[in-house]
Amino acid sequence: MSLVARYLEAHGIPTVILGSALDIVTHCAVPRYLFTDFPLGNPCGAPGDGAMQDRIVRSAIDLFDAATAPMTVVRSAEIWPHGDGWRPRYAEVRPEDREKLLAAGEKRRADRAAKAAS
Amino acid sequence: MSTVNYMQRTRDFYAAQGYERAYVWAHYDEAPFASLSKPLAQCTVGLVTTAALYDRKPLEPRHVDSAATEPGPERLYANDLAWAKESTHMDDPGSYLPLPVLKRLVEEERIGAVASRMHCVPTEYSQRNTLENDAPEILRRLREDGADIALLVPL
Repeated sequence: MSLVARYLEAHGIPTVILGSALDIVTHCAVPRYLFTDFPLGNPCGAPGDGAMQDRIVRSAIDLFDAATAPMTVVRSAEIWPHGDGWRPRYAEVRPEDREKLLAAGEKRRADRAAKAAS
Repeated sequence: MSTVNYMQRTRDFYAAQGYERAYVWAHYDEAPFASLSKPLAQCTVGLVTTAALYDRKPLEPRHVDSAATEPGPERLYANDLAWAKESTHMDDPGSYLPLPVLKRLVEEERIGAVASRMHCVPTEYSQRNTLENDAPEILRRLREDGADIALLVPL
């Protein structure tokens, strides 16, 4: 999505990215970015919390007015309401899962190869 | 609490799956910047997501897709993408699809209008494909819709 933002902006359409993977988005350098420090999947706010979602989307829209230079990054003040347990769980590689992960990778490569050959 | 290092986490995860070449994320030191051509209260807002309008199967080819914003999709799908499935869910569309808030902002005259369509852009391994095919197609559709600005909501 960061590449799309850059492309649209270069062709005259101002953009705001509203999303959660801070390192990936800033690595790409985008025009305007509202960062929500939430698990991937809920960039606009926690499920079931319409008031939070409303505040976050308004903040994203406000950035169109507030940003005066590229690479404007604003961190939303909203806090994920269910603790920090999600952080270590994303793409976690536990020693006991290594065999399963390797098997999943092998299956995926085989499926891809079969699809490419068909 | 420090933010998640998604690039390192993803590299480690795919290495554990036996992939030998680590993905290289797009990197730039500068970004383009377009100023608004009219007041925000007069702007038509286009909406772009990385989720899909239907439940794609793993390895199914992904394409740019569009849907009407009135009334708008009941939900979106992303079972074929990497997100925090172990920690959250997508059962509340308001958590990833901001159409209801955008419509309120129109009523409040904070923005001019929501474009008549929203667009789905694939997350692609190939940055070249994104730059040469998908991004130009999104631009074309946004222009067709009369969108002045775009809110991009990656999952």
